[in-house]
Amino acid sequence: MKPAAFKYQRANTVEEGIEQLTELGDEAKLLAGGQSLVAMMNFRLVRPSALVDITPIPDLQYLEPDGEGLKVGALTPHRWIEEMEDPDLLEDFSVLKEAARWVGHYPIRTLGTFGGSIAHADPSAEWCMLAVLLDAEIVAVGPEGERVIPASDFFQGFFMTALEPDEMVVEVRFPEPAPHASIQEFARRAGDFAIVSAAVSLDVRDKECHSARVVLGGVSDVPLRVPEAERVLERGDISREAFDEAGQEAAKAIDPPSDVHGDPDYRRDLSAVLVRRALTEAAGDVG
Amino acid sequence: MSGNGSSSDGWVGRSIPRVEDARHLTGRGLFVDDIERSRMLYAAFVRSPFGAARVKEVSVEDALEIPGVERVIIRSDLESIPGLKPVLHRPEFVGVEVPLLSGNSIRHAGEPVAMVLADSPHAAEDGADAVQVDYERQEPVVSLDAALTEDARTVHDEMEDNVLLDVRVPDDPEVDEAFEEASAVIEATFTTGRVAAVPMEGRACLAEWYGREDKLVLYTSTQVPHIVRTALADVLDLPQQRIRVVAPDVGGGFGQKCVVSREELLVPIASQRLGRSVKWVEDRQENLTASFHGHEQRYEVSAGFDEEGKILALKADIACDVGAYSCYPFTCGVEPLMAQAEMPGPYRLKRYSSRARAVTTNKVPMAPYRGVSRPQFTFVMERLMQKAAKQLDMDAVEIRRRNLITGEEFPYESPTGVVYDPGSYIESLEKCAEALDFGAWTKRQYEARSEGRLIGLGFSSFAERTGYGTRAFALRKMAITPGLDNAHLKMDPSGNVAVAVGTCGHGQGHQTTLAQIAADELGITPDKILVRQGDTDATPYGWGTFASRSLVIGGGATKKAAALLADRIREIASHLLEASPEDLELEDGQVRVKGSPYHFVEVAEVARAAFLEAQRLPEGEAGTLEANAGFDPPGTFSNATHGVEVEIDPETGEVRLGRYVVAEDCGVMINPMIVEGQVRGGVAQGIAAALYERLVYDDEGQLVTSTLMDYLVPTAMEIPSVEILHLETPCEYSETGAKGMGEGGTMGAPAAIASAVADALSHLDIEIDHLPITPDRLRAAIKEAYEGDAP
Amino acid sequence: MKDIHSIRITVNGRTHEIEVESRRTLADVLRHDLGYTGTHLGCEHGICGACTVLLDGLPARSCLVFGVQADEREVETVEGLESDGHLNALQEAFSTHHALQCGFCTPGFLMLATGFLRENLDPTEEEVREAMSSNLCRCTGYQGIVAAVLDAAGKGDGLETAVEDTFETPDGQIAGVSPLRDAGDHGQ
Repeated sequence: MKPAAFKYQRANTVEEGIEQLTELGDEAKLLAGGQSLVAMMNFRLVRPSALVDITPIPDLQYLEPDGEGLKVGALTPHRWIEEMEDPDLLEDFSVLKEAARWVGHYPIRTLGTFGGSIAHADPSAEWCMLAVLLDAEIVAVGPEGERVIPASDFFQGFFMTALEPDEMVVEVRFPEPAPHASIQEFARRAGDFAIVSAAVSLDVRDKECHSARVVLGGVSDVPLRVPEAERVLERGDISREAFDEAGQEAAKAIDPPSDVHGDPDYRRDLSAVLVRRALTEAAGDVG
Repeated sequence: MSGNGSSSDGWVGRSIPRVEDARHLTGRGLFVDDIERSRMLYAAFVRSPFGAARVKEVSVEDALEIPGVERVIIRSDLESIPGLKPVLHRPEFVGVEVPLLSGNSIRHAGEPVAMVLADSPHAAEDGADAVQVDYERQEPVVSLDAALTEDARTVHDEMEDNVLLDVRVPDDPEVDEAFEEASAVIEATFTTGRVAAVPMEGRACLAEWYGREDKLVLYTSTQVPHIVRTALADVLDLPQQRIRVVAPDVGGGFGQKCVVSREELLVPIASQRLGRSVKWVEDRQENLTASFHGHEQRYEVSAGFDEEGKILALKADIACDVGAYSCYPFTCGVEPLMAQAEMPGPYRLKRYSSRARAVTTNKVPMAPYRGVSRPQFTFVMERLMQKAAKQLDMDAVEIRRRNLITGEEFPYESPTGVVYDPGSYIESLEKCAEALDFGAWTKRQYEARSEGRLIGLGFSSFAERTGYGTRAFALRKMAITPGLDNAHLKMDPSGNVAVAVGTCGHGQGHQTTLAQIAADELGITPDKILVRQGDTDATPYGWGTFASRSLVIGGGATKKAAALLADRIREIASHLLEASPEDLELEDGQVRVKGSPYHFVEVAEVARAAFLEAQRLPEGEAGTLEANAGFDPPGTFSNATHGVEVEIDPETGEVRLGRYVVAEDCGVMINPMIVEGQVRGGVAQGIAAALYERLVYDDEGQLVTSTLMDYLVPTAMEIPSVEILHLETPCEYSETGAKGMGEGGTMGAPAAIASAVADALSHLDIEIDHLPITPDRLRAAIKEAYEGDAP
Repeated sequence: MKDIHSIRITVNGRTHEIEVESRRTLADVLRHDLGYTGTHLGCEHGICGACTVLLDGLPARSCLVFGVQADEREVETVEGLESDGHLNALQEAFSTHHALQCGFCTPGFLMLATGFLRENLDPTEEEVREAMSSNLCRCTGYQGIVAAVLDAAGKGDGLETAVEDTFETPDGQIAGVSPLRDAGDHGQ
């Protein structure tokens, strides 16, 4: 399990990184933490001709308020989010901190980066799910300059995104606060990718749900929004019965894959349970 | 006791820290991949991606163009070299040869087709990628059912069917009559999943050919260096004394490294041909897809019980999926023959008949894996007990109490002729049940269920046959019969002792425990004793470490040899002290005249006199302070009862473990800390087989679970703390009173967990007859029980 | 043509200037280019953690980082834990609690625990278990490892541990580091 040969280059600025990517051609890849990429290279499942190491770029590690929202620099390690302590951020974005615990293991969280995970686009990855859940905007820079891609357009399939080969994710923006959001996962072993995970966010005011988002991981080739479940919640009721029904609707709406850990039926069952549990958690004491 | 303890209580029985620890804690351990040689070449193998195929052509030209690649060896380069042929001398056995490289037939995915040698591991893999193999795919046989159908394709062309071994013993004609008297008859089919040992260090070897003296040195991560040497001598046609096999530190084995693998033979061949050192370090994917698996078995069983819950008769049809080949030297008979001979376990049973088959499939070959067949048949026997108890309305402890072999019945002879030495079967059951407050269980469970929680308590009782000597193994009729071991003790001129033994520890702490045993005989402290293992040039012939044999056999040999060395020390000291040897005792590093504590000589002075001041001794007495002894016992049974609490999440099918209690009896404990470590590690592997690990092949014969992302070795979050209670029935057949105990943890856990899960779901009539118990299967069963209206 | 880079890497306080091919992982570089063979490779895909080292003070899988990425960075490995020839408290606790058997996973667990304890001075058993679940051990069942980490954090009281007896040789060392390696002889 030794990787195929590749050319290694280091970029010290975003511009330098884009330049190098362009120059090295379509077979080149960015190295932003490498906690998934290097494993795949060791298996020789991917064989990039070149790696542009962007981890030396300063200024891309941050968690910053952005009006009501939050900006996350692409090279922010998972660990920073796990250790987020700013009370303002915590009030509105505690779901990120909660989710960080589910991201791999401790040593993976020290090196793996937020933007790396987004660009890798594993449909079960926590950051990808939360990006879709919270309508994140993904800021990418390419030779033509900067563009902002809504998360709903960004994820296009297993490990496939709207990024051009010479584009780089520099920032992920969460525009709206998400005080009533939660993520629940089920994996057979600590730290593994979930068989199914559910992320939900509720806009609850005066004990009534005004809008809702439900996203499932592990059931499709992208983090999957489930409008059928959202519609149940948007009737306003935030009771256990409504959460249960939302879960059931989510289970009915999906067409999940089969693998050694479970067939489609099992994944549907897990979806129903996890959606209900996530909603219960998200509603918290207002539910 | 023949010897003299160093103090009244001695070193045996004390939890002293391990000698082995310091090197591993500081990074000074030495594993095969840590050894470097100049101009060394690295091997990588081209392996078949298909389960069954014909190899039409292998082209190596492109590979030879890769920078760094020196040579590619394919089957046609090995024409004069035979494969490995493990043999059982039984008419029911079909021997098949394991080719070192496949030239024609591919019989499992992962089978090696070519070996690439290059100046770095990276270049070797580049070369392996560039070797082109033209395969003609065939329909693989990937399950027991498929292999046993009438018109199944045969895995081996020369065979008429897929059965490598089919043994019917005992064939007891009175079994059927016994069933007629039974009040309860349980009929069921049980299956257990295919698993792998997954030692944290995979296989690895480094071969050095010394042309100067036509000698081969092989460093290999093995449990059986002497056996590797014997196999190498046959394949390379070299005298054994021209081969030195060294096992440096070995990063776990669990049976996977007690067999000889073809890579261990191919790497030396390459070294001999190229005249350079050659290293191969197996990667994790190879370890999962191309080494050895085990434990995939099916039991079709009927058992008759009388109205008091006593088992009257047992019939079993046992089929083991042994994969594509036999393993060397044990053969594919190791699982079915053990299952057949030992299935009744700790229970008194008169009427038993069984059929056991080794069935070949297009999967990785089976090798003995911790427990071999005992985790499986213990699971079967314990499930039978629980099913019978349910049918007869009896509790889990009572039915076992009525069936376990008791004190006055020892030595007990089983229907297959296996003799059980005394143990504490009932006592361990009672102790475990008491620790878990079994008396209050029904109430606790009732209360939990009324709160909507599903909790269960399960037990498993078992006997663990260990320290098999030659005579026990000979009944299997292997062409090469394991059993004996030897120890050689030598005192140096400063009074330190080197112990050389044929066992080969790889985590069991032999360098500590064998030193404890020798220290008591010699009256010196263990730090004066250096135990050497794992080098065929430096140790007497021995069978290595597997089947929980080392402390019984290697420990027995060490104790006997140490007693002889103590005699030699007394003899020499008798001249220095002018006393008769019979009046001398060895204690606290001194040789003392019994009854006169101030009349003594230091052991170190005895050693000095023997080598450096020979003039102090009569002629002919000096110059040697050493002793040899062998040991070959009949075997002995440890026993234990495991008890575990579980809670099931009915919505996800997840099983969470609560308290886990082991009440065990392994005779005299040499080092209780190490005993407990073996129990805990064994239980972890048993939990893994019960709940987490399963190797899955797809219809193409490819292993789907070929990484540690898919093959779920559990972590510290899944494995609970294990409470251990000890009983001690000293063994009459081992020199030390110790019984082997390396596998019991693994044997007891699946059965106990299955019993606990079934107990938690007893009100739903869900039976747990298949391992592993995965959340998806459990959820499906719960859903079915509620007829779709599950929580 | 090989893609070779000159790097400066500090390991346990000692700086090395070497040339590495870009595709050699940090584990390859430590083990085979620099001789720090205490760092082991057990899976090369980031699951087992046998290769865990501290990179700029934080636990990292050295199989998932290329050596060239460690240019101008600090690495700590198991070889750096001892001080003045004595085992540190964590190493001692591993021995006392029988937290190792074959020893292959041990360096990875030690480095994982070292990083963890620097950040968590007062961990609970649950936190220790969660952190230690980053790595795999096939021998011990983890109980000794968890106990050792808690003990090293000063939380040894009340743990069910196996050791009832400490044994010191007359010179106060744990007995028996094998001298064989230095003799160029590799048996156990």
